[in-house]
Amino acid sequence: MSFFGFGQSADIDIVLNDAETRKKAEHKGEDGKKEKYFLFYDGETVSGKVNVTLKNPGKRLEHSGIKIEFVGQIELYYDRGNHHEFVSLVKDLARPGEMTQSQTFDFDFTHVEKPYETYSGANVKLRYFLRATVGRRLNDITKELDIVVHTLSSYPEINSSIKMEVGIEDCLHIEFEYNKSKYHLKDVIVGKIYFLLVRIKIRHMEIDIIKRETTGTGPNVYHENETIAKYEIMDGAPVRGESIPIRLFLAGYEMTPTMKDVNKKYSVRYYLNLVLIDEEERRYFKQQEITLWRKGDVVRKSMSQQAAIASQRFEGTDPPLRTPHCSAV
Amino acid sequence: MSEPTVADTRRLHSKPQDLTDAYGPPSNFLEIDVYDPQTVGVGRTRYTTYEVRMRTNLPIFKLKDSCVRRRYSDFEWLKNELERDSKIVVPPLPGKALKRLLPFRGDEGIFEESFIEERRVGLEQFINRIAGHPLAQNERCLHMFLQEEGIDRNYIPGKHSVFTHCCLSTCCNHVCN
Repeated sequence: MSFFGFGQSADIDIVLNDAETRKKAEHKGEDGKKEKYFLFYDGETVSGKVNVTLKNPGKRLEHSGIKIEFVGQIELYYDRGNHHEFVSLVKDLARPGEMTQSQTFDFDFTHVEKPYETYSGANVKLRYFLRATVGRRLNDITKELDIVVHTLSSYPEINSSIKMEVGIEDCLHIEFEYNKSKYHLKDVIVGKIYFLLVRIKIRHMEIDIIKRETTGTGPNVYHENETIAKYEIMDGAPVRGESIPIRLFLAGYEMTPTMKDVNKKYSVRYYLNLVLIDEEERRYFKQQEITLWRKGDVVRKSMSQQAAIASQRFEGTDPPLRTPHCSAV
Repeated sequence: MSEPTVADTRRLHSKPQDLTDAYGPPSNFLEIDVYDPQTVGVGRTRYTTYEVRMRTNLPIFKLKDSCVRRRYSDFEWLKNELERDSKIVVPPLPGKALKRLLPFRGDEGIFEESFIEERRVGLEQFINRIAGHPLAQNERCLHMFLQEEGIDRNYIPGKHSVFTHCCLSTCCNHVCN
C-alpha cells in the first residue's frame, strides 16, 4: 500500500540490450499519434534488463514474485474485455520474497516467433509488448514496453499483370491494365486505360486506393473502408483509341501489407478503384484487389551496376558493352 | 531482364491512336436545346410551349435530329415516368410557381418574361442531364418525349430495344448511380 506515504513502492524500467543499435519504426497508435518503437522481425531474440528501483530507499519491498512476459495480442475494439493472445512467453525473475535495495534482472526471450505484423486499425489492433510485473498482495506494479513487428516477404515468384475489358453495353468500353498484381509498399503502379468506346461525356478519371479492414466472423462480419489516396489520371474528355497512362508511387501513402485472416480475427485488404466521372457527376467505377507486401531493406549496388541499370531503363535495351566513338561532323 | 530493385516506371505499350478517331467527331455528341417559348391559347386556358431540339450521333436514338414542342406538364410527366420505372435519381425540375398562378398579381404571373426564361433554362438543364444517362436512354418514355410528335399518355411503358448489339462477351461489372 502506498497511500499516506506509508509502505514501499517501486518504479520498473525495461531496457533492451541492443537499444543503441536497433532500428526504430514509426507507428500510429489508436489515438492517431505517431510514435517510434523498437523494430523487430520474426525469429529475433528479445533480451534486456528489468530495473526495479525502490521509491523509498531503506524500506523493504515485499512481493509475491517478479516476472517478465513477452505478449502478442489482438484486441477487437467492440470486445475490449477479451484480449486474444497468440504469443505468450513468461520468464520468472525473482521468487516471492523481499527486496531491500534496487535491483536489475536480466531476461532473454530467444528466437521469439512473431508471426504477424503490428497493426493499429479502425476496429482492431495487434500489438507486441514486454510486461514486467512485481507481484503484490493488493496491487501489482507493472510496466509495459511496446515494440513494433514488421513481416517481410521476398519478391513473389509469380506476379502477373491485371488486364481486363469492362464497360456498359453500347455506352462505355474500356480496357484497363496494371503491370502487377502484387506491389511492395514502395513500389510504383504502372498501367494504362485504353478507351474502346466512349458514348458518354467523361469529364475526368481518377484512381483511388481503398483499404478495407474486415473484423468478425460468420454473420457478424464488419467491413470498414477507407480511401487512402485519390489520384487524378485524366482531366478532359477522351475519345476512342486514346490511351491514358498510370504511374502511381505508393511510397507516399500510409499503407500496411495485405493481411489475410490474421489469427482468424481480421483482414486488411487493398483495392484499386478506377473511377470515371461524367459531366453530370455520374460515377462509373471498377474495383480491383491488389496484394501489398513489405520488402526488406536492400544492400546498395555498386556505382557501375547502378549506371548500367539507369542506361538500360532510358534506352530500353541492354547496357552496351562499349560506347562507340563518335567523331564530330 | 531489368534489375528488380529499380522501379521500372516505363509506360506500358499501347496501340497508337487512329487519326480519324483522334480528330473525328466524338461518339458522345448529344445536345438538346430548349428554346422559342410560345404562349398558346386564350384567357384562362393559356399555356406556354417550348421547342425541344435534339441533335445527336448516339445510335440508341432513332433520329439524329429531332424537333418537338413540349409544355411544362409534359416535362413533369417524363419525370414521373422515369422516377417510377428507372433506377436513376431524377434531377429536379424548375419549380411549379404556384404563387404565380394566383390572381391579382401586379405582373403577368406565369407569362412573365423573366419567369419564362428562368424556367426555360431549368428545363434545358433537366432534359440534358436525363438524356445523357445510360439508364434513362433505355426507357421508352424518354424516346417518345424527345422524338415523337405527341405524348401518348396511354402508352405501354417499357425498355427501348437496342438495335446495336454488344459484341464483347467479357463486358461486365458496371455500376451507375
